[in-house]
Amino acid sequence: MNTHMLLIRTQLVRSVLFMTALLISSCLALSACRQQPDPIDYSKAHPGESGSTLISAMAAEPSSLIFMIAGESASAEIASNLFNSLLTYNAQLDIKGELANSWEVSNQQKTITFKLKPNLKWADGKPLTSADVLFTWQLVTDENTRSPYASDFQLVTKAEAPDALTFIATYNQAYAPALDSWSSLHILPKHLLEGQDIRTTNFARNPIGSHYYQLSQWKHGENIKLSRNPYSVLGQANIEQLITRIIPDNSAQFLELMADNIDSMGLDPIKYSRIIPTRPRLQKNLNLYKALGNSYTYLGFNLKHKPFNDIRVRKAINYAIDKQEIIDGVFLGLGINIASPYKPGTRWSNPALKPASFNPSKAKALLKEAGFVDANGDGILERDGKPFAFEIITNQNKEREKSAVIIQRRLKEIGIDVKIRAIEWASFISRFINTGEFDVVILGWGLGLDPDQYSIWHSSQHGPGQFNFLGYNNATVDKLLEQGRTELNPDKRQTIYHAFAEQLLADSPIVYLSAGYGLTAIHKRVQGIANPTPPAGVGYDSQKWFIPKSYRRNQISAH
Amino acid sequence: MLKYIIKRVLWMIPMLIGISLISFFIMHLAPGDITNNEASFNPKASEESRQKLRELYNLDKPIIVQYGLWLKRMVQLDFGNSFASHQKPVFLGVTDGDSNYTEGMIEAALPITLMINLLGLVITLTLAIPLGILAARKYQLWQDKSITLFNFIGFSIPGFWLSLLLMYWLGVVNNWLPISGLHSLNYDNLDTWGKLTDSISHLVMPVIIPSITGLAGITLFVKNGMLDVLNQDYITTARAKGLSEHKVVYTHALRNALLPLITIIGLSIPGLIGGSVISETIFAIPGMGKLFYDAVLMRDFPVVMGVLTIGSALTLLGNLLADVAYAWADPRVRRGVAKD
Repeated sequence: MNTHMLLIRTQLVRSVLFMTALLISSCLALSACRQQPDPIDYSKAHPGESGSTLISAMAAEPSSLIFMIAGESASAEIASNLFNSLLTYNAQLDIKGELANSWEVSNQQKTITFKLKPNLKWADGKPLTSADVLFTWQLVTDENTRSPYASDFQLVTKAEAPDALTFIATYNQAYAPALDSWSSLHILPKHLLEGQDIRTTNFARNPIGSHYYQLSQWKHGENIKLSRNPYSVLGQANIEQLITRIIPDNSAQFLELMADNIDSMGLDPIKYSRIIPTRPRLQKNLNLYKALGNSYTYLGFNLKHKPFNDIRVRKAINYAIDKQEIIDGVFLGLGINIASPYKPGTRWSNPALKPASFNPSKAKALLKEAGFVDANGDGILERDGKPFAFEIITNQNKEREKSAVIIQRRLKEIGIDVKIRAIEWASFISRFINTGEFDVVILGWGLGLDPDQYSIWHSSQHGPGQFNFLGYNNATVDKLLEQGRTELNPDKRQTIYHAFAEQLLADSPIVYLSAGYGLTAIHKRVQGIANPTPPAGVGYDSQKWFIPKSYRRNQISAH
Repeated sequence: MLKYIIKRVLWMIPMLIGISLISFFIMHLAPGDITNNEASFNPKASEESRQKLRELYNLDKPIIVQYGLWLKRMVQLDFGNSFASHQKPVFLGVTDGDSNYTEGMIEAALPITLMINLLGLVITLTLAIPLGILAARKYQLWQDKSITLFNFIGFSIPGFWLSLLLMYWLGVVNNWLPISGLHSLNYDNLDTWGKLTDSISHLVMPVIIPSITGLAGITLFVKNGMLDVLNQDYITTARAKGLSEHKVVYTHALRNALLPLITIIGLSIPGLIGGSVISETIFAIPGMGKLFYDAVLMRDFPVVMGVLTIGSALTLLGNLLADVAYAWADPRVRRGVAKD
């Protein structure tokens, strides 16, 4: 090595050392003067106190606060604090009245008569009557509203408001999901919306509702502030102000939670079971909640494509997949195995059904029966000279992609060659799902509380853009789904949907992968949260939550 | 000169039409439309309602007809309304009959992005020019090497990673700076001074982090320009005349070395208004990058087209300004233009 090179080398080393020293010293200098605030003990229980502010975060801003038009979860999250429906669900997920005091089903289950609670008011002090309900029904079914949720309400052939407290909806034939549909329809004020174009009205950004809160400020792209509605029809909530900050990045949200700038956020399994438990300060300040959501992830077969039209092939793949492995590996154990498309523990979920076990030898036997053998010894099965190979497609969702990788390995073990493709959502839907040009998908369903799944499984729903894109077609199931829609007696419906789930499991059009837990962290300063979490979720009865005076932010420090 | 500018401005019109045509067709090459978003993949939402929405937005018509409709509106400078359910105006706000003002989407996002990126550019330049001069004067010495090393570290570090680390260190551990957002929640209750410091503290990280990563290029540019100039004969002459080194470097060399910077600044104009998706997402800033990205994912065609059109118009204007500024600063170019 010549001296010139050596000189350059030494200079380089020197400058590296210089920069590192500079960095380290500045880090030390800065860290030395950091001040740690006195830790506060949040574990003491207090009596309920009114006032204060709860700050949470959401990733996407609602586009509109009229849910029948926006249709997205961000809109529902905010709007459900502003608007009431006729009905709602109680902690055990049974229907109860919200604006309605009572309701009565008559005329061979075709007519529902709602009696409103007396003296209801909008947040501007104007009376809320059955005329508003009728107006909302007219709005949601209006052609020009173009509500994605109109179909449930278009089945109402006659809607009347004979007096201020009575609303009568008459259906052509008994429609069991009707009560659930009325629990999701936010009643809107006629006196403010009449004559307006619902799709462009300023009301969507400046709404007047009837629920616990009213909108006080909406800074676009930054935050939405709600304050208590003095005319709230259900009484007063404890917490005076709800602020939702819009923070698109999940890591940034979590940093805000760590810095105690927000009180609650939804977590992923890694934050829930790896990060928070290993940080004493977070553990001291946060309560963690987990509750089963109304959704599940599945592997679905295109039943119109060979060889997935063969039940033996579908069953073989079901046996070859270790679902517990996916739950442990992808969801860190924060999910459960399911055997019916309903939330476990609710009346619609059939407790007698068990998920298919992990049994590769059974899978191999079934494939052999279906005519798949490895004739050329390359480790991949063939039938009629063609290797058994297919592509699993999914949208760009980390958990689904990881599940696909685990499934790919397990199917390789029984001689199936699987490729994986993750596609951006809009392309995924329009290019593959709506055209039926796919073999196997990994997707999820987030479901309502009514057990009706006509649009997903009925054979009349095969068309492009409809939801039976797997092409499931079973006369027994069709009949059960039709019966379930027209039966309003919950016990009889339960029998119907248990039979439906049993038939579905036997046919294996999908492999249930898991039902994941919804995970939430809420700061311990928020008290009065129902424990244990009721089936209706952590947020149930949040009007009873409160923040004791000594724990409030401005009392602690002036942030 | 004036003739030259008028000619260039008139040339922008066919250019813009061409750009919009290509953008429009490329955008429609991506599968899917506004009705394929995740919210509408809900068993309660019917295909019938999605079809009605397609009709409302003319998405059922051939692409060329859709482009014609768009162009017809554009000629009247109407950027249309978003396809999203809020149907906000794409560019400028409107006031409805009840005198409710609805802010335009680009109108809201552009000033934020422009402010952040302009501040970032100013910081980059104020750091890069002295660093570049220093590196050129101390060429191959430890100062030069340290600057190069520092620049390359900054250039190589992924911006989002550095952002998250600094957010954690400055925001969570030390609580010196706010972590995300543009304003504190109590911003409206602050006095003028409080509002100013609040805004500045929120801008520190989003402005400085991208300028650190962007420093390398410009420093290198200044350094190389300076090295070129310092080797010129007229610099040797100036030194031979006995001028002080300070005068040689800052009066004679620097002016010439900085000329190429005008081009660089001109080229950075699309970046100034485009914004960065990653940094805007991490810092929760409702700027142009996030607006455009979300619109593409949602297939919100009017917003995509609005951002592209305004972006390309401003880019063409920026190039023109850069050329004019170049002519103004460099007599050689000016003479060339005059002849033209």
